[in-house]
Amino acid sequence: MAFDRRKFLKVSGLSVLGVWAKSAADALAGEKPGFGITEKLLHLFRKPVGFASADALTAKKWAMVIKVRNCPTDCHACIDACDYVHNIPDAEKMPSPRHEIKWIWQDEYKHAFPDQQHEYVEERLKKLPFLLLCNHCDNPPCVRVCPTKATFKREDGIVMMDQHRCIGCRFCMAACPYGSRSFNWVDPRPYIEKQYPEYPIRVRGVVEKCTFCAERLAIGKIPACVEACQNEAKKHGREPALVFGDLEDPESEVRKLLRSHYAIRRKPELGTGPQIYYIV
Amino acid sequence: MLEKAFVGGRKYWIWMAFLLGVIGLGFIMYLWQWRYGLGLTGMGRDVSWGFYIAQFTYLVGVAASGVMVVLPCYIHNYKPFAKVTILGEFLAVAAVTMCLMFILVDLGRVDRLLNMILHPTPNSILFWDMVVLNVYLFLNIFIGWVALSAERKDVPPPHWIKPFIYISIPWAFSIHTVTAFLYAGLPGRHFWLTAIMAARFLASAFCSGPALLIVFCLIVRKVTKFDPGKDQIRTLGGIVAYAMILNVFFFLLELFTAFYSQIPGHMHSFIYLFRGLEGHARLVPWMWTFVVFAVAALVLLIVPATRRKLDTLLVGCVCVIIATWIDKGLGLVIGGFTPNPLGKVVEYWPTGPEFLISLGVWATGVLILTALYKIAISVREEAGIYKA
Repeated sequence: MAFDRRKFLKVSGLSVLGVWAKSAADALAGEKPGFGITEKLLHLFRKPVGFASADALTAKKWAMVIKVRNCPTDCHACIDACDYVHNIPDAEKMPSPRHEIKWIWQDEYKHAFPDQQHEYVEERLKKLPFLLLCNHCDNPPCVRVCPTKATFKREDGIVMMDQHRCIGCRFCMAACPYGSRSFNWVDPRPYIEKQYPEYPIRVRGVVEKCTFCAERLAIGKIPACVEACQNEAKKHGREPALVFGDLEDPESEVRKLLRSHYAIRRKPELGTGPQIYYIV
Repeated sequence: MLEKAFVGGRKYWIWMAFLLGVIGLGFIMYLWQWRYGLGLTGMGRDVSWGFYIAQFTYLVGVAASGVMVVLPCYIHNYKPFAKVTILGEFLAVAAVTMCLMFILVDLGRVDRLLNMILHPTPNSILFWDMVVLNVYLFLNIFIGWVALSAERKDVPPPHWIKPFIYISIPWAFSIHTVTAFLYAGLPGRHFWLTAIMAARFLASAFCSGPALLIVFCLIVRKVTKFDPGKDQIRTLGGIVAYAMILNVFFFLLELFTAFYSQIPGHMHSFIYLFRGLEGHARLVPWMWTFVVFAVAALVLLIVPATRRKLDTLLVGCVCVIIATWIDKGLGLVIGGFTPNPLGKVVEYWPTGPEFLISLGVWATGVLILTALYKIAISVREEAGIYKA
């Protein structure tokens, strides 16, 4: 008998099922040999351990204090360091300033604190550069609005971004009252000056932002901007402007600074609980 | 019944071919955007939603307005509307389809769309918007189809369809309320952070949607043998009049709060839209056009003589459509992003490809609407019930 419709459907159905099962098994097996389906399935039920090594830096609540007085206008060490280790495309090479990606950047007092701006503001303040970055809010609106949990708050207070889950709806950008989120309007790869192989380059169509260098904390390093600031300060014999630490530890340097200085935060009236403190 | 969309006269096919052409052009532009990224549009880090999301917002209103014919018919037993409910439901189907397409073309990674379902996140309003829009689409296709099938067989619609119709009424309110919540719950965006947003959205929906429906009824009246009825159109005109009055009233409430309180954040977007801010005034002519058409619409709709006369009612409805489209399809989204959170003004305007992609989505909606109306009207012409 000829190859009738019934038989054709049977065979094709089985082959589709077979191909699917094979690819599913391959996907589950992962790339590592010896890490089979069973282990992978068991892994799903285990408590996630993350990738933290023994010397990882941990905290109950990470925060940053910026001593604005110690920040010279012409110094961009922190920005350059961050841009390099996170493969941030060079804004000047990009097709439009609209497409700029910013994790940490400088702006004037009147833009950093638009609600506290007045005509007779101190001359010194007018000239000081204010470093702006993600505030790692206690109560982050971006996390509240994200429809896929691609952006989420970790137990240590870091507001993280999963660039592999983000669908690029940009709801988080509308929700962020600090303009701290950037979208990859174009493929960033051609505009990266010098590639840093240890950090993934993003694809077009996803949102990104400062992560307090979660990938560095995991291997015992402080955030790149803070490290660069310390190195630069040492070189010039001055105090660093950026201080990073655990807000829940009363003996941490950030707590000591906040105890002894008047510090302000950006738009505290919105209830987002920003964790970047500015000592002016 | 679907086959009725595939038979038609010369004019019908020329119209469909034209729409397909526009869709094709939009699709080619979309492929370009797919390759290059959303950088092809005029959006940027400051105005991060633009024309697409604005069209989406406007069309959610059009979709919700179907309820304005269903509600009087089923809750108030206003039977003359039974003739036009199908037109309202099919308009809703076309509008929701366009809404979903505008969301899709706006996504950076549309290939990851299923993450919305794989990782459902009830604290995100976008998740709820997805739920309510899809259910509303289903309800309208289902109810419209069942009712029309019954009509074709010359029998009353089955009783079990009633619960679906009753559910569809509050559901229509829900789609626009949830869409307003996308905007109204964001800290730091003063223009959107207003409790009256959902009410404003509903008012603008209930004037713009029925106004469109009146225009379509008049077109249907002219080009087919089916007459939706003068009385029905006039009743719809009354609904448009009330809703437009509410819409403008709510807008004036916003102006009062912003300018009497004198809180800068609340005033800035309005100043940008109507007078220009820091030398940027791209939307000013548009917003004053909105004012002119809104006032003209109010006059034509409030004066009984012009509201009752079909010609002037048509002009009034076109004024409503233009005014509400500028208000929601341009001003609302762009105004909300300007000035940006740092107090800077960065202007936005859609690019050519962005506009053509939007046009392609609109054409898809019109194509669906034409096909559905063709089916509905053919069934009626065949049955010979409503012949003029």
